[in-house]
Amino acid sequence: MSQLSVQHLLGIKHLNKADIDLIFKTADHFKEVINRSIKKVPSLRDITIANIFFENSTRTKLSFELAEKRLSADVINFSASQSSVKKGETLIDTVNNILSMKVDIIVMRHPNVGACDFLSNHVNAKIINAGDGTHEHPTQALLDSYSIREKLGSVTGKKVLIVGDILHSRVALSNIYALKLQGAEIKVCGPKTLIPKYIESLGVSIEYDIKKALDWCDVANVLRVQNERMEINYFPSTREYSQLFGINKKLLNSLDKKIVIMHPGPINRGVEISSDVADSDQSIILNQVENGVAIRMAVIYLLAQQIKQ
Amino acid sequence: MSKKTLLNSKEIHIILHRLACQLIENHNNFENTVLIGIQPRGIYLAERLASILQNDYAISNIKLGHLDITFYRDDFRRREAPLEANKTHIDFIVEDKKVVFIDDVLFSGRSIRAALTAIQSFGRPSNIELLVLIDRRFSRHLPIQPNYLGRQVDVINEEKVTVHWKEKDTKDAVYIINN
Repeated sequence: MSQLSVQHLLGIKHLNKADIDLIFKTADHFKEVINRSIKKVPSLRDITIANIFFENSTRTKLSFELAEKRLSADVINFSASQSSVKKGETLIDTVNNILSMKVDIIVMRHPNVGACDFLSNHVNAKIINAGDGTHEHPTQALLDSYSIREKLGSVTGKKVLIVGDILHSRVALSNIYALKLQGAEIKVCGPKTLIPKYIESLGVSIEYDIKKALDWCDVANVLRVQNERMEINYFPSTREYSQLFGINKKLLNSLDKKIVIMHPGPINRGVEISSDVADSDQSIILNQVENGVAIRMAVIYLLAQQIKQ
Repeated sequence: MSKKTLLNSKEIHIILHRLACQLIENHNNFENTVLIGIQPRGIYLAERLASILQNDYAISNIKLGHLDITFYRDDFRRREAPLEANKTHIDFIVEDKKVVFIDDVLFSGRSIRAALTAIQSFGRPSNIELLVLIDRRFSRHLPIQPNYLGRQVDVINEEKVTVHWKEKDTKDAVYIINN
């Protein structure tokens, strides 16, 4: 297997285990490349990539841009806040205008669920989903699994806990799909109001007691409370959330094992995770960021390979 | 399909020792020299030469690396089958070193062109030489020639030259295969 089974990266749901293995194997090579003193390869020198972000992003946008530049692709960036979208242009018109400038790959983040899927049916370019609303964030899930694999040797059979705002989290959904494909056990933990009603149908279990959940797991992936997606109050106060579901050093020290702590960023220090945990030797948060570039290079490289000359 | 043996294991043994001696002639104790096997097939030849230099000619601390050229090739998106990468393993810097590229078969010269670009990621070598076991004469696309060569052959384009190594393919041999 040296080719992806998909034409676009819209979500982990469309991938199979062989795709994930291929992406990881390719990312291994790119990880070696980005640790050289000259961190660049010329593979994509005749490919142009547009990063279109209809929602704010720091890490993902920088990581994609860096990945594209490390592969020698030409990159153009577009933020909805500074564009004609404000003047009433539709998504397809915006993208077709960008494509007529001879762009090969679109990396898109959009607040609406399914925006990338929709686009892939209407425009002639490779689409990479960099987050669509509360739906999927495939490259984040890939880099999370890749980081677990790097730290623990394998994802298969590992017990992974996802803590926090599962309801609004595209990271959680993509992670569940990715971890399931690789044979991990998954548990979610958070306030009842932020756990989707039918989450168990995805093959995950629920635990409302953070101490019990942490006792069970090998890896805890801590999510941010997405206040910007909440139109009502899902819990009484941030302080209460932090007391019931926040992860601090005292809680970690009370466990009889050393679990791995992950966070997709941005961190709200003192809310879902305390500073001493985020900065501890159990945390692989910054490794996740480094691996993000390698994973995105792999995804872009493998999709670009399908574009015929 | 016809398969003709070009070199048997005894002939390969003699050639490897000759190539090792030629390397010693130019690089003395290899103090400032590094050997780079080109992935995927050049690494077997590179390892074999390194072990001959160490065991039969008592040259210690040979620096040997593996270089993968997949991401530097000029036929990305131009071939039917996708390219598959291999491991690069170079744990030394090549800045101001004499580099010897080692590959099994020199054909179009495009792999070596890619290797010349790839090695720049590891520094600026003082010079670069090329050692190959088989040189397919008259098939070059680029002005690239070997400094050390095992055997020169004239084969037509439809014919394939394959090198077998006992570490991987049970015995040492070079075949010309005509489909």
